[in-house]
Amino acid sequence: MANETTISITVNGRERSSEVEPRMLLVHWLREGLGLTGTHIGCDTTSCGACTVLLDGTPVKSCTMFAVQADGRALTTVEGLQQNGKLHAIQEGFKEEHGLQCGFCTPGMMLLGAALLEDNPNPSEKDVRWAISGNLCRCTGYQNIVKAVQYAGQKIESERSGAQA
Amino acid sequence: MIPAQFDYELATSADHAIELLGGYGDEAKLLAGGHSLLPLMKLRFATPTALVDIGRLEDLKYVRDAGDHMAIGALTVYEDVHFNEDLIRECPIVAHTAGDVGDPQVRHRGTMGGSIAHGDPASDIPTVMLALDATFVVRGPGGEREVAASDFFKGTFETDLAVDEILTELRVPKLGGAGWSYQKFHHRAQDWATVGVAAVVQRSNGDVGSAAIAFTSMNDTPMRSHAVEQALASGEDPASASQHAGEGTNPVSDPLGTAEYRRAMAVVFTRRALEEALSR
Ligand SMILES: Cc1cc2nc3c(=O)[nH]c(=O)nc-3n(C[C@H](O)[C@H](O)[C@H](O)COP(=O)(O)OP(=O)(O)OC[C@H]3O[C@@H](n4cnc5c(N)ncnc54)[C@H](O)[C@@H]3O)c2cc1C
Ligand code: FES
Ligand code: FES
Repeated sequence: MANETTISITVNGRERSSEVEPRMLLVHWLREGLGLTGTHIGCDTTSCGACTVLLDGTPVKSCTMFAVQADGRALTTVEGLQQNGKLHAIQEGFKEEHGLQCGFCTPGMMLLGAALLEDNPNPSEKDVRWAISGNLCRCTGYQNIVKAVQYAGQKIESERSGAQA
Repeated sequence: MIPAQFDYELATSADHAIELLGGYGDEAKLLAGGHSLLPLMKLRFATPTALVDIGRLEDLKYVRDAGDHMAIGALTVYEDVHFNEDLIRECPIVAHTAGDVGDPQVRHRGTMGGSIAHGDPASDIPTVMLALDATFVVRGPGGEREVAASDFFKGTFETDLAVDEILTELRVPKLGGAGWSYQKFHHRAQDWATVGVAAVVQRSNGDVGSAAIAFTSMNDTPMRSHAVEQALASGEDPASASQHAGEGTNPVSDPLGTAEYRRAMAVVFTRRALEEALSR
């Protein structure tokens, strides 16, 4: 293909390089290039947040970035949440609090929750709703998503204080 | 949705970007946060043959106290403006409004300069810039020039920028004791403004001494409301001056509201903007 360019992005801690056309959207590179289909495409018009990934820890919509714009940077997708076979607290929260029904919005919601908890381990309901305000869920009514994030915050806190004791 | 093919160039400085643009004529576009351009390219409403990526120009990402004004680098994203302590203190209307744009992910990518350069009359930041009588710094092959916000917006998606120019800085005054408000009327929390009203008010004996009023989505560009400003200057109180908000406007009718509805809402939100500005 004409005008391809080489990119190299650290995805979930592992460096991945490939040749891409500049017009390749980040979400397509993740899903079709790397086979990481946990990042979903909902609206494709920057409205739903299902495609949210963390770019150097910050939530962005991967349907509204070219892969070349992430060259040299670090991404976290939902596949990167689980570490050494152990669920991330946010994943456990969604399970315990029934934070999903169909699951379509869940990868984006969990990444937003994980990013929020990095800055604010004890978020109020308002904090959580603000953090997820760019994302749509057609099933849950959001209530249990809020609880799931707060559950994860408490879990992280109690593990920290447990580790100190 | 997949955009049409284009050549990709990564600019390493503002001057490099200008040079690259010069090489492509009017076929190339600058890429900043991409949050106006990508959606248009995906729909193929925009099909530039080349993109010059200025998204990595770290030296154009800043908020600086420049003595008599605050300077904001064009590539600064909304999120960084929203939480900037100096702006919150010196020109809070800008920090506040940056937090009202789109949703969190949009604010992590979208840039102050992109919002000005795009020339969308539904954008929030341009309206605030007009109300503040801001100045924009523009660089081109011949060097740098300054443009007043009042001379910058020419039409829907049309600005004073030439094809080989780049916006580098936004300069806004320090507000001192002035009251301020940006009222964004939208249907859902993250929607674009059906109507937006910016007010910057100099008080006199607890009342409006003079005021700058600007509107979002009330014309083919962001606009100042001379009708409301004059009514206030001639001594009308906020409630009565607000009644003039529809005068001189030319809003579109779209799914968010008809032109008539927008004019009616401009009256309501101008009054609220003045009341809030006076309370601050
Ligand atoms: C879902 C969604 C919701 C949104 N909601 C709102 C909202 O509520 N209010 C609002 O105001 N905006 C909203 N926006 C638009 C958003 O603010 C954009 O980020 C902004 O309009 C453009 O900034 P950008 O950096 O993304 O520019 P880009 O998309 O990269 O560029 C836009 C245009 O400006 C030009 N350009 C960019 N930077 C420069 C520069 N420094 N010098 C010269 N030309 C330049 C580009 O060539 C291009 O033509 C929304 C966008 C999305 C996707
Ligand atoms: S798929 Fe990206 S925001 Fe909906
Ligand atoms: S669980 Fe179905 S969209 Fe959120």
